[in-house]
Amino acid sequence: MTRKKRRLYFVLAGMIVLSIAAALVLMSFQDSLVFFRSPSDLVEKPISPGRNFRLGGLVEEGSIDSQGVTHRFRVTDLNETVPVTFDGLLPDLFREGQGVVAEGSLTEEGLFVATNVLAKHDENYMPPEVAEALKKSGQWKPEGSD
Amino acid sequence: MKLKFLVPVLTFAAIAVVLWYALFNLNPTEIPSELVSKPAPEFALEPVPGYGPGLAQADLATGKVTLLNVFASWCAACMAEHPFFMELKKQNVVEIYGLNYKDKPDAAAQWLDRHGNPYARTGMDLKGRIGIDFGVYGVPETFVISADGKILDKIIGPVSKDMFDMRIRPLLNEAGS
Amino acid sequence: MVAEIGQFVLILALVTACFQGALPLIGAARENRPLMRFGDNAAFVQFAAISGAFACLTIGYVTSDFSILNVVNNSHSLKPMLYKISGVWGNHEGSLLLWSWILALFGMAVAFFGRNLPDSLKARVLAIQGLIGVGFLMFILFTSNPFERISPAPLDGNGLNPLLQDPGLAFHPPFLYLGYVGLSITFSFAIAALIEGRVDPAWARWVRPWTLAAWGFLTIGIALGSWWAYYELGWGGWWFWDPVENASFMPWLAATALLHSAIVVEKRDALKNWTILLAIIAFSLSLLGTFLVRSGVLNSVHAFASDPARGVFILIFLIFVIGGSLLLYGIRAPKMKGGGLFAPISREGSLVLNNLLLSTITATVLLGTLYPIFLDAFTGAKVSVGPPYFNATFLPLALPLVVAMAFGPFLAWKRGDLAGIVSRLKFALFAALAFSGFLWWWQTGTPVMALLGMGLFAWLLVGSVLEWAERIKLFRGPLANSWKRMIQLPRSAHGMTVAHIGVALVILGITASEAWQSEHLGVMRPGETVTVGGYDFRFDGAEAITGPNYDAIQGTFLAYKGDNKGVYLYPEQRRYTDPPMETTEAAIRPMLSADLYTVIGEADGDGGYAVRIYHKPFISWIWIGAFVMFAGGALSLSDRRLRLGAPGRAKRASAVSSAPSEAKG
Repeated sequence: MTRKKRRLYFVLAGMIVLSIAAALVLMSFQDSLVFFRSPSDLVEKPISPGRNFRLGGLVEEGSIDSQGVTHRFRVTDLNETVPVTFDGLLPDLFREGQGVVAEGSLTEEGLFVATNVLAKHDENYMPPEVAEALKKSGQWKPEGSD
Repeated sequence: MKLKFLVPVLTFAAIAVVLWYALFNLNPTEIPSELVSKPAPEFALEPVPGYGPGLAQADLATGKVTLLNVFASWCAACMAEHPFFMELKKQNVVEIYGLNYKDKPDAAAQWLDRHGNPYARTGMDLKGRIGIDFGVYGVPETFVISADGKILDKIIGPVSKDMFDMRIRPLLNEAGS
Repeated sequence: MVAEIGQFVLILALVTACFQGALPLIGAARENRPLMRFGDNAAFVQFAAISGAFACLTIGYVTSDFSILNVVNNSHSLKPMLYKISGVWGNHEGSLLLWSWILALFGMAVAFFGRNLPDSLKARVLAIQGLIGVGFLMFILFTSNPFERISPAPLDGNGLNPLLQDPGLAFHPPFLYLGYVGLSITFSFAIAALIEGRVDPAWARWVRPWTLAAWGFLTIGIALGSWWAYYELGWGGWWFWDPVENASFMPWLAATALLHSAIVVEKRDALKNWTILLAIIAFSLSLLGTFLVRSGVLNSVHAFASDPARGVFILIFLIFVIGGSLLLYGIRAPKMKGGGLFAPISREGSLVLNNLLLSTITATVLLGTLYPIFLDAFTGAKVSVGPPYFNATFLPLALPLVVAMAFGPFLAWKRGDLAGIVSRLKFALFAALAFSGFLWWWQTGTPVMALLGMGLFAWLLVGSVLEWAERIKLFRGPLANSWKRMIQLPRSAHGMTVAHIGVALVILGITASEAWQSEHLGVMRPGETVTVGGYDFRFDGAEAITGPNYDAIQGTFLAYKGDNKGVYLYPEQRRYTDPPMETTEAAIRPMLSADLYTVIGEADGDGGYAVRIYHKPFISWIWIGAFVMFAGGALSLSDRRLRLGAPGRAKRASAVSSAPSEAKG
């Protein structure tokens, strides 16, 4: 086997791995980019029912209605409001009037079915290490702050 | 053939340019757009005991630019900006109102006893309800209020001198001239 | 007074680092021995100075000196002593001080242990270390001074954050920093080699222990972080693919690749340019991670919004260090001579494949981490790249990696015999198929991915053990003979086997806990019993309790199986008052076969409580496996040190040593 031929093998192997990786990246980007929308954004740039996205805003005062582990509440940004339903334990920091980010999708009727609810930790400005910790916990997802 | 060795540095250069741009131009903490240049929400609050008078929406339309500072005695970062506010008060640069957020009355009063009171008026938002109307995400936050009581800007986190010169002073000068 | 001393010695350290960064470089260029030797002394002084600063800050914390702003913000007189001390590095300023301290510690270690390094190489390595130190010390002194005073001093501090008072989190950052900073040494070696224009097997032998140590520390650091997330956050997850985790995972991936490619340089004098590049990239990724976490560019809101100066500083530092080193690479690397030839099917070939896959994985993780910034910068759209992306790209690329992990060690250097290996590995293949088949029959309805994962576990475990058995000729002669061979086998070979088995255990933990996890979510009333994963959980009610600085609702569960007595579990929902904060304290019963995990939530106002119960089979093995990987690294490292200390024995100790050794006795 000549030096050139060997080289060719390695270059070929590299190309194959890279193209597989590129294909994987492109394929998964299609579905797994999770957009962030506030209720007002949602009116401007609607997202089709069934598509996964993140809804961020404040939990409207007096809107929480919990039946066991099924929770219904409304997310507002003081302009628009979106009704949300969620099955599960709400995070520690979930409270009326607090920031919240819910991940899930809309039904045809415009109800947001959340698969995951993240409360934004917001009582204090944290040193980055705490922020790191809280980010990890999913209790504080700051993309929602705009 | 030699060029391939430059691929890493070029890749990094591209990343660095975007990071540079992101660092200066993307601010994940921008004020909720629906609040800008709208009147401050309606409210009327009792003062922190001993640090009156109280604070209400009507008090914000003062005819000059003022600051509304959201603070709490349990908040570490508030202490960082506190000396600067004391300085502002001493030099009479701008009038500051204190919105005491989710605190206990005596704890807040003690805090002001100990560290000094930079506020012309204070209001206690014990349950954080007014905070919601203002879109407060955390403490400290500082709102710049126009002469007619509208919200001009919001600063998230402690106000430093640089921050003041960059974001607040231009608004003061604009109104003054 | 303590703060002023601390500040002073920090400045002293900076001045020393400046000299350490300049003089030895000049000395090496002019072959001036005293100037080169200056690096050693400077490294000692710098270490002593930063140790002094670190001690000063620690004294400030231990004595609760609230005239220091940093102590006010991060400590409290009521904190337990352990957390007062861990509070020293549990914040931005202190953690940077720890970074610099470890940097200086490792610099001194090079000066001390590197007696057999050529003078010029050692001088250059220490100089590069010094320059990195200059960057960090300037960052501390100009933007993040831990010794800043506050006047008037408050009566007590603010740092009683309950989430941070946790042993897992207290020791997670130091291990990560040990890893990051360990990579700075390999980086310095790489830059020094580029300046010298020479890389040889001896160079790789000096670099490998540092890579091993850095890799081991990163492994432990990442494992501690995920363990903390698992037990503290109360929803059973342990890895979230968020930017903070990726920031530590990318250097780990690069270090793993470097670990393997350095072997090729050492044994076969090949892949030199690539190894240099990997050493640069591994440290660059550590720095990039630091930037992303601390600059406020990525997902950060409050942390640094108030001080953009820090982000600017780190970015400029990044551009100097990463841009400068990659540019140097672009200029000098083409002049480096390639080494030995090898066939695609060979040990080298398998290590190339390992590197190819690992670096591709690193690239996809980097892409996913940076993509939100790019998209925001170009289109203004806010997105997050979630776990689905990472799982979809990581798993398919990791799969061939694990398959090859069993193959690689069997292959001979230069040219391997694939057919022979397949026949030797057929037992591993059989084990994998049999194990998967058994699970398929036993647990009907198991997803294909789980069968695949369990098959991989068996494949890698059996393959690794087979390779080890082969080396010591187990059952191919008298046991005494095998025993003798086992003793003589270099520790690095044992280390590799152990580390690979560790990977297999991690695969077991991940697969089993994902595939066979059982969960119950619902409202339970006192006296009710649910069955989750074969265990009965009886809810005995909940009561309000008062802790030192919190109120809590504490639930009582009795978990039992069949007739045995069972264990009590006490999950809590805590409400801290100062600062106001709620936390979930899951109650976990870890066992080798499964973890029982209970969480209590809100009362429904009618006597019932929302509860969540998990049965997570084999999940502990994720962390056991990580520890086994670390142990493998440590075993391998102990071998290296032996050889470094006595280079004369190097030939006998190493299994293959075709390349001439250049170590000086």
